Amino acid sequence: MRTMPTKESSRWEEKTLQPALNKRPERKKSFQSVSLEEVERLYTPADVEDLDYERDISFPGEFPYTRGIHPTGYRGKLWTMRQFAGFSTPEETNARFKYLLEQGQTGLSVAYDLPTLMGYDADSPLSEGEVGKCGVAVSSLADMEVLFDGIPLEQVTVSQTINAPASVLLAMYLVVAEKQGARWDKISGTLQNDILKEYIAQKEWIYPIKPAMKLVIDTFGFCTEHVPRYNPVSVSGYHIREAGATAVQELAFTLRDGIEYVQWGVDAGLDVDQFVPRMSFFFNAHNDFFEEIAKYRAARRIWAREMKRRFGSNHERTLQMRFHTQTAGVSLTVQQPLNNIVRVAIQALAGVLGGTQSLHTDAYDEALALPTDRAALIALRTQQIIAEETGVVNTVDPLGGSYFLEALTEKMEQEALEYFRKIDAMGGMVSAIEKGFPQREIQDSAYQYQKAVERGEQVIVGVNKYTMTDQPSEVPILVIDESVRTHQVERLEQTRTGRDAGAVANALDKLKTAAHKHENTMPATIDAVRAYATLGEICSALRDVYGIYEEPAF
Amino acid sequence: MSNRKIRVLVAKPGLDGHDRGAKVIARALRDAGMEVIYTGLRQTPEMIAAAALQEDVDAVGVSILSGAHNTLCPRIVQLLREKGMDNVLVLVGGIVPQEDLPRLKEQGVAEVFLPGTSTEDIVKFLQANVKPRE
Repeated sequence: MRTMPTKESSRWEEKTLQPALNKRPERKKSFQSVSLEEVERLYTPADVEDLDYERDISFPGEFPYTRGIHPTGYRGKLWTMRQFAGFSTPEETNARFKYLLEQGQTGLSVAYDLPTLMGYDADSPLSEGEVGKCGVAVSSLADMEVLFDGIPLEQVTVSQTINAPASVLLAMYLVVAEKQGARWDKISGTLQNDILKEYIAQKEWIYPIKPAMKLVIDTFGFCTEHVPRYNPVSVSGYHIREAGATAVQELAFTLRDGIEYVQWGVDAGLDVDQFVPRMSFFFNAHNDFFEEIAKYRAARRIWAREMKRRFGSNHERTLQMRFHTQTAGVSLTVQQPLNNIVRVAIQALAGVLGGTQSLHTDAYDEALALPTDRAALIALRTQQIIAEETGVVNTVDPLGGSYFLEALTEKMEQEALEYFRKIDAMGGMVSAIEKGFPQREIQDSAYQYQKAVERGEQVIVGVNKYTMTDQPSEVPILVIDESVRTHQVERLEQTRTGRDAGAVANALDKLKTAAHKHENTMPATIDAVRAYATLGEICSALRDVYGIYEEPAF
Repeated sequence: MSNRKIRVLVAKPGLDGHDRGAKVIARALRDAGMEVIYTGLRQTPEMIAAAALQEDVDAVGVSILSGAHNTLCPRIVQLLREKGMDNVLVLVGGIVPQEDLPRLKEQGVAEVFLPGTSTEDIVKFLQANVKPRE
């Protein structure tokens, strides 16, 4: 790119800038992004002089995919509007799903409750107070049948946020699809199944890291062979960011997690160009507009380059990073909750300008509780307004070529690569996690951010500036009744009574044997699910073989 | 009156793994000169009460975001009192609806800190409310 002559910029600084600064100094000494990164006053061609259009930016649909993976951007197909939903009983969530589909939503995304995420049945003593609270309660195939009743799985793609027990929920999903008469080679959808970020950030783990990684790789192998259109992993930076990471840390740790899965898959004998094309990613959309857009663009470029460099791939689908985006739950405030509608709209716009394949917009009441119908509807309408009214979808990567954005994309790529070097030197991401490296980096960033907020350097409207003592806009919130647990426990009891106990015991034994022998556990998991073995029983069988994870103190 | 430092147990009950808040608070209290013990994740009320007794703390800070606060917090208070820890303050931080605040306080929770609270306010609250020991 052409460089602005230094002579010219010195002239500008002397003739134009300095008199202006003399007349009115800038409001602050330093301007920082939400990641506490310094942002310069002005970006010019000098900031992008080392970039080469063909090599670093290129055309959309071409390596290194900085401008997107589709040559036509959103002119061909809009992103999938996929609202994460789940609460209470499978019956209630099924009704919310049908409502969202009727309102024009184009894909489903299931939120499970904490007992399900941790592999406990609704009747476990550890589940008390938690059933149906943070998502829908699913303890066995019987619940899954109700959850997807009347929703044709061959037509609707479903994303499932489930990690430690992901292989079991995938098995339930496949059996429900089969019972509907859907063919496994026709169905699509996504399993989050990203266990590495659980140890790093979200912390819903069951087994120690290595056997947990083996379960992930089992799903890769199984899906490649039997469910070829399904995405068996969504490598997630979302939770890493929510835990306090900076944008660069989110970028670096997520992509390095992705590389770790590819390495483990290759080590297990899988063909890179068979399974990597079905890997998907999941990023946060936080408040700092340009930093977020640069993050998505850098992510695509790094992934394409690393797949080529590390694994020698030249396969287009392997090199193309596809990702889902969710607006930042952590940025939502309890104070003046309607302000969250505005935050979400701007964050969602960043995701769209970054070229996301699918998007979840948070509801304004999510800092208070799970969303009400009304709040969930406004969140969906926000996406529809961006898609249909703003015009940002009319051209591909509209911000490409901005001096600021391209310089920022490049800077974030370099900083992420610096993290890769550190993690590689530790022996990879599994070792880095065992050493507590990403965990400590994130904790430190979370603390620095909190301090910056308390010093007033980072402004949160309604929290540390423009506060109101009388909160004028009380919003109604969704309350999950304790009766949900009773309802779920009743169905669980019926399931346990109605099934063939011998078949269940037999299936669980076979699963343990497969786990012991390091065979792929998916076929035995599917058989156990078919016999109506519960989630808790299956996870407990695997706990017997693998043990449980204990987090060291960091 | 001794110069004993304020000792706080930061506790994470329930199944949720969101420990950002707990860890930020733990560090802020340490920076303010208090002694802080963090329980780690997924502690039952029984484990929390036992740790509070063993560590001889002045306050227990309970971090919870899953919606299970109405079940878990009163039980923690009750177990502390049963073990004779009558003066140990129980503070709650996390996502707690406004409507639940009066009941939690009636059941013995000293204060609930909602999202957006400054760590300084929590430090000040502890300094003002922990009962000095003989």
